[in-house]
Amino acid sequence: MTKLITTGTFLPCFCTIALLGTLLASAGCNRARRTNAQEFPASNEVAGWTKVSEVRVFEAADLWRYIDGEAERYLKFGVMRVKTADYRFQNKVETTVDIYIMKDADGAAKVFESEPRGDARQIQLGDAARMSSQSLVFCKGPYLTRMVAFQDSAEVPQALLALAGNIEHRLKK
Amino acid sequence: MREPGYRTRRDFLKRCVTGSAALYAAGKVPLLAATEPASAAKSRVVIGRDPQLRGMGATVDANRILSLLDRTMQGLFNLDHPAEPWKKLVRPGEKVALKVNALGGKGLSTNVALVEAICERLQEAGIKANDIVVWDRDTDELEHVGFHAGSSGARVQCFGTDRVGFEDDLVTYGSVGSRLSKILTQRCDVLINVPVLKDHDGAGVTIALKNMYGVIHNPNKYHPNGCDPFIADVNMLPEIRQKMRLTICDATTASYEGGPGFKPEYSWKNNALLISQDPVALDYTGWQIIERKRAEKGLKTLAADGRLPRYIATAADGQHRLGTNDPRRIAVVEI
Repeated sequence: MTKLITTGTFLPCFCTIALLGTLLASAGCNRARRTNAQEFPASNEVAGWTKVSEVRVFEAADLWRYIDGEAERYLKFGVMRVKTADYRFQNKVETTVDIYIMKDADGAAKVFESEPRGDARQIQLGDAARMSSQSLVFCKGPYLTRMVAFQDSAEVPQALLALAGNIEHRLKK
Repeated sequence: MREPGYRTRRDFLKRCVTGSAALYAAGKVPLLAATEPASAAKSRVVIGRDPQLRGMGATVDANRILSLLDRTMQGLFNLDHPAEPWKKLVRPGEKVALKVNALGGKGLSTNVALVEAICERLQEAGIKANDIVVWDRDTDELEHVGFHAGSSGARVQCFGTDRVGFEDDLVTYGSVGSRLSKILTQRCDVLINVPVLKDHDGAGVTIALKNMYGVIHNPNKYHPNGCDPFIADVNMLPEIRQKMRLTICDATTASYEGGPGFKPEYSWKNNALLISQDPVALDYTGWQIIERKRAEKGLKTLAADGRLPRYIATAADGQHRLGTNDPRRIAVVEI
């Protein structure tokens, strides 16, 4: 005889099914999670900079959704996740900040060293850093931080340095 | 580069219509049906350039990009009026999908003004606004780079596959087995490919053919071995091959190193469009442009850097025949 589901057993079953359904749905969606991450300064914490987006997180398995084929290089060196947020400087320069969390400092250093230097100049920040007129990248411990400004102006390099300095202080080795 | 032996552009263009374009203009048949023999005529890639595309500022001027689009399309189809090429390409009542590329973020994605120009010309050719969909894989990504998402009303639609999902069934060719975006399978009679000119960390370059990775549910599976033969195999999937009619490559800002993401130190304002009905010829031509820029900047070739774009030769081989990578069979026209 088929055992009927009684009220006593219905609620736990329902909760389990609901939980499983939620997990399956989120796995199927597989999108970036949003989080408030302490690595990112709030608006106006650094003069002139406004945070204009939530922090999105892409785990290693989903990194390709954010950076496509570039993900292979990060995976090779042991990336765990990336956290990314958008900022605006003086309401005119849009900037994206990506903080890659690698499995160890060696992984972060290897990603940093694997990229050509081009015309970038070396700067004193974190364990190693370089910047050009619209971008700055530095590593500190297991973190590799990349900042890209989408507009160019004379103020951008100094503004990037100020924002990077604040972030660097927040990153714990 | 100008073809030798012709006194005027019109004279050259009259003599240099590809077999595929002629086939299409005459009978409006799909561009490269799987059973057709390769054409002996040259594949044309028209490069339109406007040094003043951004005027005095940094952003692309909407009027100038429309004018550039017109000149380049007229050059490809050898027609004098801006509306005429589009009437050769689409028919009223068809649903047209513009597959853009928003992966590179704000600095290196398909330009919104270019897409608006394409939409304007499509509507003049009789396509209803709400039969045009501008799409990529993710709606947030589209909005992030300046597109306004929307899927209702009597206006051009814009949204990602995340809104409608992928087909349940797997389609296969060669080494790939993927589920296709329902935007392609259910919302599209004509596919216009609108990629960006970029180098790529694995494949060497990412231009027309690799833009189709945004149509499938599992592109992450197809990056090993320089994405070869996967890129070619993806483009052989019937719905892609049969619906693709044109590639308009946004080469207004291009990258030569550090791609596919935007690295401003390795990007340049190329202020050009590349248009072709042969995606292999277009990718080959785009690759040469990137190599010339790399040489100018003192960088080694992509081959020396361990990322020769092998997928281009695969796409042209006897099994795929998606187009030609033979420079003797490509006519590059600069306008």
